[in-house]
Amino acid sequence: MKAIGIILAGGHSNRMRELTRKRAISAMPVGGSFRCIDFALSNMSNSHIQTVAVLTQYNARSLNEHLSSSKWWDFGRKQGGLYLFTPTVTADNSDWYRGTADAMYQNIDFLKKRHEPYVIISSGDCVYKMDFNELLDYHIAKKADITVVCKDMPADADVSRFGVIRMNEDCKIIDFEEKPLLAQSNTVSTGVYVIRRRQLIEILEKSAEEERFDFVMDILVRYRNVKNIYGYKLKTYWSNIASVQDYARTNMDFLKPEVRSFFFREEPKIYSKVDDLPPAKYNPGSAVSNSLISSGCIINGKVEDSVLFKQVFIGKNCVIRNAILMNGVYISDNTHVENCIVESNTTLRPNTFYCGEDGIHVIMEQNERYTI
Amino acid sequence: MYKKEMIAMLLAGGQGSRLGVLTADVAKPAVSFGGKYRIIDFPLSNCINSGIDTVGVLTQYQPLRLNTHIGIGIPWDLDRNNGGVTVLPPYEKSNNSEWYTGTANAIYQNMRYIDTYDPDYVLILSGDHIYKMDYEVMLDFHKQNHADVTIATMPVPMEEASRFGIVIADENKKILEFEEKPKEPRSNLASMGIYIFTWKVLKEALIAMKDQQSCDFGKHIIPYCFEHQNRMFAYEYNGYWKDVGTLGSYWEANMELIDLIPEFNLYEEYWKIYTKCDTIEPQYIAPEAFVERSIIGEASEIYGTVIGSVIGPNVHIGKGSVIRDSIIMKDTVIGENVTIDKGIIAENCKLGNHIVLGTGEEAPNELNESIYSFGLVTIGEDSVIPDGVTIGKNTAISGVTTPEDYPDAHLKAGGVIIKAGEGR
Repeated sequence: MKAIGIILAGGHSNRMRELTRKRAISAMPVGGSFRCIDFALSNMSNSHIQTVAVLTQYNARSLNEHLSSSKWWDFGRKQGGLYLFTPTVTADNSDWYRGTADAMYQNIDFLKKRHEPYVIISSGDCVYKMDFNELLDYHIAKKADITVVCKDMPADADVSRFGVIRMNEDCKIIDFEEKPLLAQSNTVSTGVYVIRRRQLIEILEKSAEEERFDFVMDILVRYRNVKNIYGYKLKTYWSNIASVQDYARTNMDFLKPEVRSFFFREEPKIYSKVDDLPPAKYNPGSAVSNSLISSGCIINGKVEDSVLFKQVFIGKNCVIRNAILMNGVYISDNTHVENCIVESNTTLRPNTFYCGEDGIHVIMEQNERYTI
Repeated sequence: MYKKEMIAMLLAGGQGSRLGVLTADVAKPAVSFGGKYRIIDFPLSNCINSGIDTVGVLTQYQPLRLNTHIGIGIPWDLDRNNGGVTVLPPYEKSNNSEWYTGTANAIYQNMRYIDTYDPDYVLILSGDHIYKMDYEVMLDFHKQNHADVTIATMPVPMEEASRFGIVIADENKKILEFEEKPKEPRSNLASMGIYIFTWKVLKEALIAMKDQQSCDFGKHIIPYCFEHQNRMFAYEYNGYWKDVGTLGSYWEANMELIDLIPEFNLYEEYWKIYTKCDTIEPQYIAPEAFVERSIIGEASEIYGTVIGSVIGPNVHIGKGSVIRDSIIMKDTVIGENVTIDKGIIAENCKLGNHIVLGTGEEAPNELNESIYSFGLVTIGEDSVIPDGVTIGKNTAISGVTTPEDYPDAHLKAGGVIIKAGEGR
């Protein structure tokens, strides 16, 4: 592969509410046994990109733990590898990453030292599967300076939180608006870009000189009429996790057969850290329907239309409905949980009732856990 | 290579012929167990959990699955710069070439491997038991007694003792006598086939016995050491230990995992069992499905009813199918409206629609009554079963079968269909 990868994993969003207290969005558990960043990482690995830098900043402990070994994504190589870059104090800089462009600029030595001609930049907050080789071929064929991967959203979708793109018939981007109040089109940027490495270095240096720090606002939007920026349409599933609603919807999407078949059955596969958990166990009294169950779960109650992450325990006579239970949740007997997201390692007391009446209720509790 | 205090030699070359069609194409240690595991995962995990980081795995019979499973030992953290796991197949020598003719002969042929690590002690394991055991505690026992040989033993019910190799020991656990399958046992301490040898002693015995035909630990090396007045001790183990050598005991050991609080608990944080995990995706239980008293592996999709069964990873069970008291291994696809009672279905099988397995009365198996009994239906790897057939109890099927193989769309109790064939 003629490209290196950069994954921007520093993001957090207020619309994720309580969920970002524990971790960055990239480290959010998704689809039962994955973390959000696994999708970008697996795409890079499956496209034979050998060198990947992950730029993190916000609440990265959980993410660092997840990336503690690079072997799960096959990056444990002599040539290349997985690099984690968090902001550091140096002789001439003591700032945090002030934006996505600044994050890359602060690690410009990494870009300068590589020899691959192209860079593929991906956000770590998206759930998608794509072959970057095809993208790169397209980028080269179009003689583009930058190629932006974009996705047509459904006509009724609210695109005001995305970068909205208008392209001409040749797919050249003629307008790029970040988070417009009134969108001109329903094609949005997915946060995946291709750019020539030298070009990126040049633009980053220029932007830094001008004290401009954001890759979208200060580079894509600002350069849209100067450089040849093309759009590449992603036809398959793509979801961006930026709010509690997005998070819930994305997880529930995995209950659809076509989404499961796309991510779980079709090659290449998505990889994640292996946890060595036993298979899920269904005890007398369990009644599971239309749900995803991950390894290490023990179920004694009723579960409907829900996603259970790893090592979830469901007590006797419980009713779990339309809920997302993250890793290590323990639900004691006779408890009712409906329309809720339960934060990882939460313990719910017996005989309690939780229902997200209007919308999604996030439960984070630390009660005493009694186990045998 | 720096010195290791103790290394393990894991005997994984046996066929395990009493598992019938399950071991037609794979060695017994590579047979699936408990949904996602393989039998060899238990001794390998015990090794790493006991702090033994150098393991030689002796392979001979059908080693492909075993080799791919072990790889360089990543799942067990046995990918080491120094030591780690090494697969040791039989090899050609300048003056002769022979297979491993017996358990001790296999070790004899790999003495150079052991000498590389210059160990004080060598642990001999077999790859066909399900148990969790801390070999370090056993080693401490060996050292305390200044023993030359320590044999792991466990108490068995007196009435069953005549099925085992029995050791008779004094109050200090020093072994006084051996009895192989005694008619009237005088002790109930059964040998588990796990030994710690002081390497110097074992090496001497192996060299002295090198011309012995089919040199075996139980039959030759242990008696040799005993005759030569070596200090031999019996280490008593009191946990769960299960030999899964027959289809009946294999089925039973799997079923024990389903109990509410199983005696052999895989869900404890302490003493984890590791395995190579190709599938990590969650499993899906459909709205029309019903699952109870079962364990189910990753990425399986259940549209039917599963009761009291052990289902491996990536298994598909179609609508209207009912699986009871059965073991279904990974990648197998079960069609719609299939009923299975007490079945063992090996990896990557394809069952059509409207099939009934395990129906009617029991009858003795026509091929080998001692292998295929217990009322089980056993189906070997990569088998195909066509739509609409019924299959009786104590039966075995292996290979791609077609409707022509089933007169009146039925395989009577005790029947066998084994189709050899390349390219399946």
